[in-house]
Amino acid sequence: MSKYRILNTRAPRVDAVDKVTGKALYTDDLKRPGLLAGAILHSPLAHARILNIDTSRAENLAGVRAVVTHREAGTVPYGVSPARYDETIFCHDKVRYVGDEIAAVAAVDLDTALEAVSLIKVDFEELPIVLDGYTAMDEGQPQLHKMYKNNICAKVNWHFGDIEKGRRQSHIIRTDHLTSKMQDGAFLEPQSILAEVDSQGGLTMWSSTQAPHYVQRTLAMALRLPLHKVRVIKPAVGGGFGPKASCSSAELATCLLAMKTGKPVKFTFDREQVFLHSRARHQFFHTMTTGVKKDGTLSFLEHHCILDGGAYASFGIATIYYSGSLLGGPYRLRNMKYDGYRVVTNKPACGAQRGHGAVIARALFEIQLDRIAEELGMDPIELRLKNVMEAGETTCNELYVSSFGMREALEAVRDSAAWKKKRSMGGKTRGKGKGIGAACGFFVSGAGYPIYRSRTYHCTVITKVDDVGGGVTVSSGAADIGQGSDTVLAMITAEELGLSLDDVKIVSGDSNLSVDLGAYSSRTTLMTGTACRDAARDVKRQILEAVANKLDVAPTTLDLKDGLVMSLSEEIDFSELRKEYLQEHKGFMDLPDGPDLTFREASRIAFLEIGSIIGTGKYKPPPLGGSFKGAAVGTSPAFGCSAQVAEVSVDLETGQVSVDKITGAHDCGFAINRTQVEGQMQGSMMMGMGEALMEQIIYDTKGRIVNANLAEYKIPTAMDMPHLDAIIVESNEPHGPYGAKEVGEGAIMPVIPSILNAIYDATGVRIEELPVTPERIIAAMQESKKKAKT
Amino acid sequence: MKKIISLTVNGIKHELAVEPRRTLLELLREDLGLTGVKKGCGIGDCGACTVLVDDVATFSCLTLAIQVEGCSVETIENLAKNGKLSRLQQAFVDHGAIQCGYCTPGMLMTSTELLRRNPHPDEQEIRQAISGNLCRCTGYQKIVDAIKAASGEYDE
Repeated sequence: MSKYRILNTRAPRVDAVDKVTGKALYTDDLKRPGLLAGAILHSPLAHARILNIDTSRAENLAGVRAVVTHREAGTVPYGVSPARYDETIFCHDKVRYVGDEIAAVAAVDLDTALEAVSLIKVDFEELPIVLDGYTAMDEGQPQLHKMYKNNICAKVNWHFGDIEKGRRQSHIIRTDHLTSKMQDGAFLEPQSILAEVDSQGGLTMWSSTQAPHYVQRTLAMALRLPLHKVRVIKPAVGGGFGPKASCSSAELATCLLAMKTGKPVKFTFDREQVFLHSRARHQFFHTMTTGVKKDGTLSFLEHHCILDGGAYASFGIATIYYSGSLLGGPYRLRNMKYDGYRVVTNKPACGAQRGHGAVIARALFEIQLDRIAEELGMDPIELRLKNVMEAGETTCNELYVSSFGMREALEAVRDSAAWKKKRSMGGKTRGKGKGIGAACGFFVSGAGYPIYRSRTYHCTVITKVDDVGGGVTVSSGAADIGQGSDTVLAMITAEELGLSLDDVKIVSGDSNLSVDLGAYSSRTTLMTGTACRDAARDVKRQILEAVANKLDVAPTTLDLKDGLVMSLSEEIDFSELRKEYLQEHKGFMDLPDGPDLTFREASRIAFLEIGSIIGTGKYKPPPLGGSFKGAAVGTSPAFGCSAQVAEVSVDLETGQVSVDKITGAHDCGFAINRTQVEGQMQGSMMMGMGEALMEQIIYDTKGRIVNANLAEYKIPTAMDMPHLDAIIVESNEPHGPYGAKEVGEGAIMPVIPSILNAIYDATGVRIEELPVTPERIIAAMQESKKKAKT
Repeated sequence: MKKIISLTVNGIKHELAVEPRRTLLELLREDLGLTGVKKGCGIGDCGACTVLVDDVATFSCLTLAIQVEGCSVETIENLAKNGKLSRLQQAFVDHGAIQCGYCTPGMLMTSTELLRRNPHPDEQEIRQAISGNLCRCTGYQKIVDAIKAASGEYDE
């Protein structure tokens, strides 16, 4: 039997009923008195100098309340990483991608605002553009930013161990390539913002953001406001996956319009604007050379990567580091070299997206392992099992894994998917249209350091007992964007205090409540979960001390369980406390009458004794990682790992791939909520499958997106998705609350390579460019036939 | 020029003056305050705005308000009766078919229509029915599980 009452169960989400009844409020559902509508003028050109902006006709249109450009907004540089602040609220000298923001309007209604935007006249001098990330660094290419010589926004050159030694030890050495495409977040809720100023000069912004704290800081900095005068509130958010983590020009512009007009202003992206704003997955060009010894032991990895990041840095500095650092695990690899270049091009800026930076690198490395296994005549899962790390080991780039169920996860998918039986043909079925493939993954459970250099706590949680007794309210800046963090906080609090979930209220996603770095890097369960646990324990201690004091017993003899105060030793006479409580509540319904003192009574009595009871918790990781440049990125208090087996059918006439089944296992340390862990895994499978087979942003020669909608930018539908089998592995992470660590992003890591390895098994051809469309499969098969003939 | 239309929404009769180009989605969200109806794309790609028009699942973003003159429209706000969730809503809650929740109203309306029409759908019929409703969070597995669990003697 589980030692927990609520943790590790399948408790329904705390927001489930609101979401099935239409009561959950998202930013675009909010209204304020006197609300104005906002609209933004985007650049129609990918690269041009701004010669003049004439807003006079827009200003004179009836119903327009404000028109703002860089003249009103100023040109304070901002961005994500302080070392790469390369954006301003509006373009002032140049536009750098189709969609770059030039001006914004607030008007009495949306029609008027859009008409005003169309009346703004901008004179441009067109500049040559650079669209191809692979050649963007070459001499003679047009330059986007003065601060990025040769369009290089960031580069990483790492060498751990000695790859030359590794090369000498190798029996097999092979080099492979993989290229991906820019991906869109494709969350269902387009970004929406509502901003308002109060009479004390305070600015409040409701926004569909993943990171209220970082956004609060950026608003204050770029709009020149004191930090404490800026409040960011995150209502229900319809998915984020990374692109909603950075502060956007749209957020800044909407706040500026509210400040200029003194009225609340709302601005909501249409679907095309979601694509134009992007901040989603980069395009990656990976080349890897991997060596193994005769027995399959990995001897070295030499990795070269170019990331096309679009026009601005956004999260890209972290992205390029993650691309290299997260190959340090889950296998024992002593020698690793990484050269990464993040370039800028005249396309929408890329940022973080689920599996930040590591997804395509992981895909290529896992494909390499498959190809090496084949050359060695080894089963690919056996090759992996031979190399997996165990808990207590440190990677060559100084990442310490304190818990690690990699072996268990691999064995679980191998057995559950009947791998041995299905692979038993030993390649004899290869190329006959049915295939099976496997892969692993490795990911952080919360970034070890904040984005800005600081000793800040990564989160604080404040749990207050109702003064009237009965329930508690947990206040946290954490951002539930659909992943279910509010439910995790409620479950932890209920478990610690012996309460039912109904007696725990969660208020979250508000920068006024506490500092919380937000929903990114799969950090919330481990970090905010720890702070939440400690806040609840603090509350419990205070209640029990007050009650024990009143009863004249030692607090250690009391415990809270099932809504009651339990005595751990002899029977205690609670009758005096009961009497006092009943006296206060003459005429009330449902009064306590059992033999035990209820939490309701105990919490009220404690208040009568000591006043408001407030428990606090905080979390900050210990110093982590090595001392080399960039060592901070990739560090984490814990690491998740996962394995997956994909089964596919490929129509050898048309190249059409159907994924028949996906079996995944993820080590989340401990599942706070089993249903939610599975949900994160299944969602990851879908997003990875989309990226493997269908998703790609397509640009024309002028840098305009030609498929900026959800019909032509294809994401998987229910018809595309197979049955998804999610196996939970629990390795009991010592640094996580109750042993818990991440699942939200790590689970995507093995998806693309397991599918690509299965496609190889089905077709006998390797595709080096994502997405693996039918055209690419047919072309590769024709090429392979041609080669076989010659 | 505004046009007067009459329609029934969630059992209540309304007479409203609307611009001919106003969509049913705008009418429901902005004029009637039924913000449970969601806009994900505005061009019929995502299904988040699905409502029932005379019992047929319909994209409200692609429907003009004046087209539903005399019709009966049902939205997510009408599924729970007297504070009790419908069987399907309860199944969504119990099976974890919800994450961000933005596709949920459309998903529920489409699958409510399915189960009223076909109380015993097989998995393929379920997947086909909801294939016009995009979800980016769940991989659809738990949504399919929930609809399956609610099927059978479907009495809401």
